[in-house]
Amino acid sequence: MVTIATIYGLLAVGLIVSLIKSREKTMKAFRIAGKAFAKTAPSLLTVLGIVGLTLGILTPETIAKLVGAEAGIMATLIASILGAITLIPSLVAFPLAGSLLRSGATVMTISAFVTTLVMVGVVTAPMEIKELGKKFTLLRNGLGFLAALLIALVMGVVL
Amino acid sequence: MMKIAKKFIGPSVVLVIYVALSFWRRDLAIQSSQVTWDYLKEMLLILPPVFLLMGLIETWIPKDKIQKWLGRGSGFKGIGISLVLGTLPTGPLYVAFPMAATLIRKGASHTNMVVFLGAWAALKIPQIMVEIKFLGIAFTLLRFVLTLVALVLMGLLIERILRKSPDLQWLQKTQEEVASDQIGG
Repeated sequence: MVTIATIYGLLAVGLIVSLIKSREKTMKAFRIAGKAFAKTAPSLLTVLGIVGLTLGILTPETIAKLVGAEAGIMATLIASILGAITLIPSLVAFPLAGSLLRSGATVMTISAFVTTLVMVGVVTAPMEIKELGKKFTLLRNGLGFLAALLIALVMGVVL
Repeated sequence: MMKIAKKFIGPSVVLVIYVALSFWRRDLAIQSSQVTWDYLKEMLLILPPVFLLMGLIETWIPKDKIQKWLGRGSGFKGIGISLVLGTLPTGPLYVAFPMAATLIRKGASHTNMVVFLGAWAALKIPQIMVEIKFLGIAFTLLRFVLTLVALVLMGLLIERILRKSPDLQWLQKTQEEVASDQIGG
């Protein structure tokens, strides 16, 4: 709700200012927006379809089973890969991470899951490539994955 | 015609997977379609205004302003602005990709856009609140600080790499788009 209010609020202010200043330039903004939307729509549909598949198959229960309550390095690796692949809303992900932590998973495993979840987006990569290029996307997600593992390591040692 | 057909390869492949899945595991296919439908509704509500905002930025905000605020020489100020822009409560990450692309075309540095995208995904204020509630303040604070440091370092590294070996394919595509916008508008 906050999200939608923020975006539409910003848009309303922007549009009013723009219309007062120049009708013509406002029309141009609409044309640019329409073109960008048409261009992005197909890759967006693909991403949404993949998101649905991963979330439909990798439900919170399945993830809990896969990560489990084990303490080994394998659990951390599995958690980081699951985190990188899935795209779970934070309202679902954090309670899940919290309950895994309480049921015996290590801090390292949980931080690997949370950090890769937010830093690496495999399912959104097709869209990122379309907008920002292959190289940027690979570098950002690849380095993000390494950074997430390092962060998990530090957190596991500190906490 | 070929170009349009090529655009729909992705969605068609996904559709085939769904149909195949519905024969094999009907419950999973239904569950997945439900999730996709929910996300689609959310997207239809969020994306049109976001694209319009981008259109407004593209037409009104001059290139030198963006370059000054978010360009290569913007230093800590640029990183700060990117961080604030990213942490605002503004929806899922796929909304941020076209925004970052617009800003880069307008002269923003790669460093700042890595921080912007990273903050958007990992350091959002509403998300931080949920994280504190379920994982505790120590966990959340430590992750916040480490992630921020990592993002700045990643940004600087990516900027360097892309300056040494730029993504020529993407640059060319972007230039063609800018040109067609100018003719069309």
